Amino acid sequence: MAGHFKKTSKAKPDIPTAALPDIIFILLIFFMVTTVLRETTVQVRTVLPQAEALTKIDQKRLVTYVWIGPKKISATELGETGVQIDDALIEKLTDVRAIMYRKLVEQPKLIVSLKVDQTSEMGVLVDVQQELREAGTLRVNFSTKRDVGL
Amino acid sequence: MAGFLKKKEREEAFIPTASMADIAFLLLIFFLVTTTIDVDTGIGMVLPPKLEEDVIPPPIKERNVLKILVNEQGQVLLEDLPSAVSLVRAEVKAHVLNNGVDPRYAEATNKALVSIKTARETPYDAYIQVLDEVWMAYFEMWDAEARKLGYSNYKEYSIDVDNRNQDNAIREKIKAAISIAEPDAA
Repeated sequence: MAGHFKKTSKAKPDIPTAALPDIIFILLIFFMVTTVLRETTVQVRTVLPQAEALTKIDQKRLVTYVWIGPKKISATELGETGVQIDDALIEKLTDVRAIMYRKLVEQPKLIVSLKVDQTSEMGVLVDVQQELREAGTLRVNFSTKRDVGL
Repeated sequence: MAGFLKKKEREEAFIPTASMADIAFLLLIFFLVTTTIDVDTGIGMVLPPKLEEDVIPPPIKERNVLKILVNEQGQVLLEDLPSAVSLVRAEVKAHVLNNGVDPRYAEATNKALVSIKTARETPYDAYIQVLDEVWMAYFEMWDAEARKLGYSNYKEYSIDVDNRNQDNAIREKIKAAISIAEPDAA
């Protein structure tokens, strides 16, 4: 009789939680792997302008960013206007053509997202646009934030 | 003796794994919260292709072009008249939907063009404000067209059309023809 009782107590139903941490860890690892931390340090200040007529770019893989804005010299000091693609500031604007052309060959559906500081002057942007036209990367996106103060 | 053995069995050493899940959960939540899947938003444009040397751009009737000029101070000149940014939207709509009624505006919707010209010193912000107004004018016209077809807005219409693999008739009818003017040769 005693043995009988023992047996039932051994078969006490309870959910095995031993595998739970493993499941969570797999989720965790998934998120850690898929999270792309910002790999470029932006060396120019870009405070984006606000707009209403926005479209979203869903295919992040197609996008290349071009930053245009005053160069950050120190925490408070700002220099003259600079153009940055990927990780480096562009010295000569005519170099944009070659860089963009190479990117276009790799990704024919390339979208160039222009992150331009709102205080920038159109002159630089027009020059960059001319370079993009030379390279043949015609799809551009003027990156803007949503207008909150409607 | 049997009782003694039983006691020893129960005191078997093991690491409590119940809280492991909680620890992992905390980490998971931390990563979920800190991960920002930021979607890039902006105003999409397609630049005109590079002009070939020997190709002359097709002639366009002066009437069909709504000229917007933004100067160095961010002031707006609409068809050679000083204007405000807030008036651009209504003007673009009037221009595109004119259909030959008013001689100042376009002859037909599919011929209507909007040209934005800036100076080199124009602040980018002012340019975006004007560009935004022009796009909003088109968005509102598309919304109005979609409402005529029984949809609540244009977005709903475009999703529906995409799903059924049909041509986007509204975009066909009212093309967003925004021209970024060629920079002046120095």
